[in-house]
Amino acid sequence: MSGAADREAVFPTRQSLGIMKAKLKGAETGHSLLKRKSEALTKRFREITRRIDEAKRKMGRVMQIASLSLAEVTYAVGGNIGYQIQESAKSARFRIRAKQENVSGVLLPAFESYQTEGNNDFAMTGLGKGGQQVQRCRETYARAVEALVELASLQTAFVILDEVIKVVNRRVNAIEHVIIPRTENTIKYINSELDELDREEFYRLKKVAGKKQRDTAEQDAEMKARKEAQAAAAAVGENQAPDTAADDAPADLLAAEEDEDVIF
Amino acid sequence: MASQADYKDRQFLAVIGDEDSVTGLLLAGIGHVTSPPDNQKNFLVVDNKTENSAIEAAFERFTTERKDIGIVLINQHIADRIRYRIDTYTQAFPTVLEIPSKDHPYDPEKDSVLRRVRRLFGE
Repeated sequence: MSGAADREAVFPTRQSLGIMKAKLKGAETGHSLLKRKSEALTKRFREITRRIDEAKRKMGRVMQIASLSLAEVTYAVGGNIGYQIQESAKSARFRIRAKQENVSGVLLPAFESYQTEGNNDFAMTGLGKGGQQVQRCRETYARAVEALVELASLQTAFVILDEVIKVVNRRVNAIEHVIIPRTENTIKYINSELDELDREEFYRLKKVAGKKQRDTAEQDAEMKARKEAQAAAAAVGENQAPDTAADDAPADLLAAEEDEDVIF
Repeated sequence: MASQADYKDRQFLAVIGDEDSVTGLLLAGIGHVTSPPDNQKNFLVVDNKTENSAIEAAFERFTTERKDIGIVLINQHIADRIRYRIDTYTQAFPTVLEIPSKDHPYDPEKDSVLRRVRRLFGE
C-alpha cells in the first residue's frame, strides 16, 4: 500500500506530480551543493585543528620564555612589581580588532592585534633599577600575547566551524534520508493513483463500447426481422392483388419509420 | 553564530591568572580599567586564598556581561578549578584561551578545546 509509506499529503493529480518532480530535482541539487559545502568546510576544519595543535605547543614555549624574563625583572628590580603594575594599569595599549574571512559562505572572524600609540601606563616602572629588563620583558610578553591572539582566532574559527559543520551535515542527512525518499514515495503514489484512474477510465470506455455494440446488434436483428416480415407481406400482397392499394400505404409508413430509425 | 554582529567592538583581552601571569600580560599592555564610576578591571589576580565563586563571577563577567572583551585568557590551573564552567562554555565570543603559568606546565590533555579536537579525530 502506498498509503502506508511516508509521503506528503497531496491529491494525486498531474499537476502535483509535476510539482513533486520539481521538488525532487531541487532536493537533489541542494543535496549535492550542501555536500560539497560540508566537504569544503571539513577540509578547512582539519587544517585549523592541525594549526591549533601546533599553536598550543608553541604557546607553551613562548609563555615559558616570557615567565623567565619576568623572573629576570623581579630579580633586577629587587622586589615584586606585581602590585605596582596592577595599580598603574589604566588603558590598554595592546588591543585587538576582529576581521572577517569568508569560507564557503561562513564568516570566520579572525583577531588581529595592534598597539595604540602614545599611552604608556608603565613609564615609571623600573625607573630606579632594572629598566632595561622591564623593557625587554614587555617586548617578550607583547610577542607572547600576539601568539595568544593568533591562537584565539584559530580557536574561534574552530568553534564556529564546528557548529556550522554540524548544521550543514544535519541538513545533508535530512535531505538524503527524509526529504528525497518522501518525495519519491509521493511521486510513486501519484503515479500509481493515476494509473489506477487510467485503468478505470479504460474499463469504462470498454463497457460503453460493448453496450453500444450490443444495442446496434439488437437493432440490426430487429430491422432484419421487420424486413423479412415486409418481404413476406409483399409476397402475400402479390398473391392477393386487390389488397395492394391498402397494403402500400402501411408499407410506406413502415419505410418512413425505418428511415427515421436509421437516422436516429 | 548569533553573536557575529556584536564582535566589532570587542577590542580588549581579559586575564584571570596568578600574579606572575597577570603582571607579565599587563606589562605587555593589555590592562584596561573602564572609566569611572564603573572602574571595572579586565584582569583578576587569583591566589590560593581566592574563592572559586570569585573566579566564577569574574569568568561570568568577562564572558557574558562585558561586551568589549574579545579574548579571555585564563591560567590552566585556575581553569581546572572551574572546569565545569569552561567545559560548558561553547560560545564563540569571547574566546576562552587556557594558558600555562610559571608553576604549572601546560598540559594539552586538560584543555577543553584540545579535548574536543581529540574527540573529533577519535584519538
